[in-house]
Amino acid sequence: MSRHFKKILIANRGEIACRVIRTARAMDIASCAVYSDADAHALHVELADEAIHIGPSPAAQSYLMADKIIEAAKRCGADAIHPGYGFLSENADFAEKCAAHNICFIGPTADNIRKMGLKDEAKRLMSLADVPVVPGYLGADQSPENLLEEAQSIGFPVLIKAVAGGGGKGMRRVDDATDFAAALKAAKREALGAFGNDHVLIEKFILKPRHIEVQVFADQHGHAVYLFERDCSLQRRHQKVVEEAPAPDMPLALRQRMGDAAVAAALAIGYQGAGTIEFIVDVANGLKDAPFYFMEMNTRLQVEHPVTEMISGEDLVEWQIRVAAGEPLPLDQGDLAIDGHAIEVRLYAEDPARDFLPASGTLQCFRPPLDEDFTRIDTGVREGDAISVHYDPMIAKIICWGEDRDAAISHLQRALAQTQIAGFATNLSFLQKTIDHPAFQAVDLDTGFIPRHIDDLLPSSEPASPSMLALAALGIIAQRSHEAAAQTQKSADSTSPWHQNHGWKANLPALEHHSFMDASGREQRIAINFNKATGAISGVETGDHVLSAELRTSTPDGGLEIVLDGQILRATVRVNQANVHVFAQGSHCQLKRMDTHLDSDEEADGPGVVAAPMPGKILDLFVAVGDKVEKGQPLLVLEAMKMEHSLAAPKAGIVADIPIKAGDQVEDGARLIMLEDDTPS
Amino acid sequence: MTVLKTSLSKDSDAFKANARHMQGLVADLADIAGKIAMGGPRHAREKHLARGKLLPRDRVSTLLDPGSPFLELSQLAGHGLYDAEIPAGGLITGIGRVSGHECMILCNDATVKGGTYFPITVKKHLRAQEIARENNLPCIYLVDSGGANLPNQDEVFPDRDHFGRIFYNQATLSAMGIPQIAVVMGSCTAGGAYVPAMADESIIVQNQGTIFLGGPPLVKAATGEVVSAEDLGGGDVHARISGVVDHLAQNDAHALMQARRIIGNLNRRKTMSLEIREPRPPLYDPQEIHGIIPHDTRQPYDVREVIARLVDGSEFDEFKKLYGTTLVTGFAHIHGYPVGIIANNGVLFSESALKGAHFIELCCQRGIPLVFLQNITGFMVGRKYETGGIARDGAKMVTAVACAAVPKFTILIGGSYGAGNYGMCGRAYGPRFLWMWPNARISVMGGEQASNVLATVKRDAMEARGETWSQSAEDEFKKPIRESYEAQGHPYYASARLWDDGVIDPADTRMVLGLGLSAALNAPIGESRFGVFRM
Repeated sequence: MSRHFKKILIANRGEIACRVIRTARAMDIASCAVYSDADAHALHVELADEAIHIGPSPAAQSYLMADKIIEAAKRCGADAIHPGYGFLSENADFAEKCAAHNICFIGPTADNIRKMGLKDEAKRLMSLADVPVVPGYLGADQSPENLLEEAQSIGFPVLIKAVAGGGGKGMRRVDDATDFAAALKAAKREALGAFGNDHVLIEKFILKPRHIEVQVFADQHGHAVYLFERDCSLQRRHQKVVEEAPAPDMPLALRQRMGDAAVAAALAIGYQGAGTIEFIVDVANGLKDAPFYFMEMNTRLQVEHPVTEMISGEDLVEWQIRVAAGEPLPLDQGDLAIDGHAIEVRLYAEDPARDFLPASGTLQCFRPPLDEDFTRIDTGVREGDAISVHYDPMIAKIICWGEDRDAAISHLQRALAQTQIAGFATNLSFLQKTIDHPAFQAVDLDTGFIPRHIDDLLPSSEPASPSMLALAALGIIAQRSHEAAAQTQKSADSTSPWHQNHGWKANLPALEHHSFMDASGREQRIAINFNKATGAISGVETGDHVLSAELRTSTPDGGLEIVLDGQILRATVRVNQANVHVFAQGSHCQLKRMDTHLDSDEEADGPGVVAAPMPGKILDLFVAVGDKVEKGQPLLVLEAMKMEHSLAAPKAGIVADIPIKAGDQVEDGARLIMLEDDTPS
Repeated sequence: MTVLKTSLSKDSDAFKANARHMQGLVADLADIAGKIAMGGPRHAREKHLARGKLLPRDRVSTLLDPGSPFLELSQLAGHGLYDAEIPAGGLITGIGRVSGHECMILCNDATVKGGTYFPITVKKHLRAQEIARENNLPCIYLVDSGGANLPNQDEVFPDRDHFGRIFYNQATLSAMGIPQIAVVMGSCTAGGAYVPAMADESIIVQNQGTIFLGGPPLVKAATGEVVSAEDLGGGDVHARISGVVDHLAQNDAHALMQARRIIGNLNRRKTMSLEIREPRPPLYDPQEIHGIIPHDTRQPYDVREVIARLVDGSEFDEFKKLYGTTLVTGFAHIHGYPVGIIANNGVLFSESALKGAHFIELCCQRGIPLVFLQNITGFMVGRKYETGGIARDGAKMVTAVACAAVPKFTILIGGSYGAGNYGMCGRAYGPRFLWMWPNARISVMGGEQASNVLATVKRDAMEARGETWSQSAEDEFKKPIRESYEAQGHPYYASARLWDDGVIDPADTRMVLGLGLSAALNAPIGESRFGVFRM
């Protein structure tokens, strides 16, 4: 018995909420979004037919509140809830609650979720179903002594993983028995903090592993198919960065074996809906005949589902909705085929150079590549939106399809070159360098790829070229002209020559200097010459370069066309008080402005003030008022963006004041500790 | 309106020769200005920078709205005046736009003799305050000065227009509602301490600015107390304890940002009483003025060729075109602002003087600013003219000029001699701004005439005594007189002494006038009340 949903409530936010709304609309199903305070004006709220406020910004008080979601669904009259990924998507209690309120949960059954939710239980079940699993210890005896013994019997290196975990939390690699105790303690603490359960499992650490996962789908009538595999080997800190389908160089026989194993796994637990079986494939001797082991099953739609959609031509959200409505699987295994190759990259607000430290802030500039034939952009934000500290810092997924892998790579290179983003650190250049890397192109892939090649992948620290400096300086001048034009119109004396802005001075050249700090950390100076009579830019001087320059056109949104020594350059230049971002010739150059002073209210804060580098919670304080500290000594730990940051003393001195206490939530820039000089008396 | 036609031939040898000559003068001026803009000697600049301070001109450009013009005043002050080089008189002054408002900026140059005040520095400071007063411009003092130059104290301290007048002006300007903002970016010692103390609102740079009535050496000498400059009068002391300043800045750039914010909060709005048109450039390139002005000053030219390169659309509606033709008067627009132009086109006769007085009255009644293009050897002399009462008619023009309350702007485009200087709004007649071209000359009469007059007097006396005077002896007598007049009438000599507000490239005249007109409009245009005209 199948039914047709009238309205779906999407219990999620960001790009996945937008993604689900799109399919719902195509299927003539009304959509209702939910939103927290922070998301009141978010894209998913705008796209949905209606939206309901569910609480404050922290996810624990909004998107994770099952009761509020159910209440919202009843209020709007939704007959189904799509949970997206994350949040409540793998919460069995929530799935049950939906059923209790006669609302269809678009996803697996609560029993499916429970069975796969605990990793040791899942592996036990899989072993019973003859699905290969990584050698390991899944037992209940959690004593450190026993766990160490088990680790030794499996053989180092081993991996300690939280039983209830995911996303790399509570996970530690241990190479040697002597490090085991400390790593175990840390893993248990993290697991307890993240999942409220400190049970861990131990398993063999595979030296050259590829992460290959199989997309499965099962309906309520006992049928299951697989929609081929995805290779997600490129990970940093156990988070996927680049995903592709199909897995490069995958032999047909192995694909079938893995696919059959995945379908068997799903059928073994009576699975319903979309699921992903993650395998680890040991490619120490290549992919052909490589052993593969069941890792875990994700009982939800994956972030990286678009690559599967692009090679299969199927809409997985549509499949989810149909299956949840009781329809049989739209296609049989024999009807499914792979067409071409697709690659997805995840654009994150994070700083690869600072160990992928998450960033947050306003998207001062965000122009993704054009969503066209070969390129798909899944995002939940627009220029001007904020990437909030409350949620995952993913900005967008950029997915490209090609006839084959090389074509997909080439489309993706072009798409990334077109992407313009500024406002905070992002991994855009890191993604570009990853895709460009010869080892990636040569399919020399395993989960150690990023750590192994990290030096090649981090942003270059080369000095900015004269062209970039010229574009930056002319961009500043162009923006100033646009702003001045707007200001001038408001002036009582709007035609006054005082409104001119090309640096006119009596008897002296009309010249202005700009000074930037580039990626190399060096100060770069550039002088701009104006023609005094016409006010037009006539040339630039930087270092040993004296070049003719002309500002041809500029638009208020940063579009710029200049002629530099006869070469026409087109760029987008975004200017703010602190930085200039130049997007030109497929690259992004950020230049810190050295000649502006940030408009801050702080009067004369010396280096003795330790301020919060980002909003967060004070976890621990190591010092008290009156303590003498050395330069570089850790003062406190700030938890922000799900990570712990240690803040150190910027100079030696005496702690004069601590206006905060452990446990406090602090804003970006808040003063945490004041130091004063240790003057010998 | 009437469009001026040019009869200039840019291909003529005369034009080319004139242009070459004037461009030589302009290049020399730019060269000197460039050296002056460097400031003090290299070691002083390096020391200044090593302290983390911005150089004075960088302070000014950081203070200004980015890219906006800077109308520097008295750039050549002190040029060749003392044994020592005092670039710009050790004080940069000028009008610039800050947070949308035209302001008077006074910036000490500590790289020049520690920013101490020479007599010319005091004169320049007072002139800038006078311009601020007349044009209602907020004053921003970027202070970095050791105070009065002690070896010159007799010419700096005691008289009415000496150091004390600076603070008198601050008080009375503030009383007029003209904001007085001080930014202490270095020393501010003794009398200088009153600049921030007398200011409406003040800023100090931490670990950089100091304010005290007596510095550490003086304190030690007077009371034996040993104290560091920072503890005696540093930023923390004055911002946190004494209250002498209102804002504490981390560094120069921060202080200047704070100053911009203060100006942004002034709640001032320019009110315009003029009917302003959309500005249009002249039909002819202002650069061509270089080729108009004859190399030989005795050669006449039509001043309308100059006007055609200054005014919007080269449009000029003449008044009394057919009467008193040695004075050209008429209405035009510069950068959209209406102006009445009075320009010499030969020696002044009674008719020209009457015409000038009439035209000035017209402009005053209509509230139209006046622009004087001065190129005058004087009023006509001789029995016919004296008996015709030229002194009476000249007096009418001088009375009209003196009493005209509309903004007046004077450009010395050629000679400025004798009573012609008065009738054409010389320095004594209170033009808002007075600029000189590099070819101009100013003196009571020309060097040639002066030497002739003195030689005639001497020859008459000698001949009365029955002595003879050879031609060669007379030439010997006249030469030093001519040379002295030539030297003292030179624009650099004049500008060094602040007889003007600066020497400018003729091609910049339109811009300088436009900026000056706009700045002048910050003050309401007053009603003119004229004295008794001798009829």
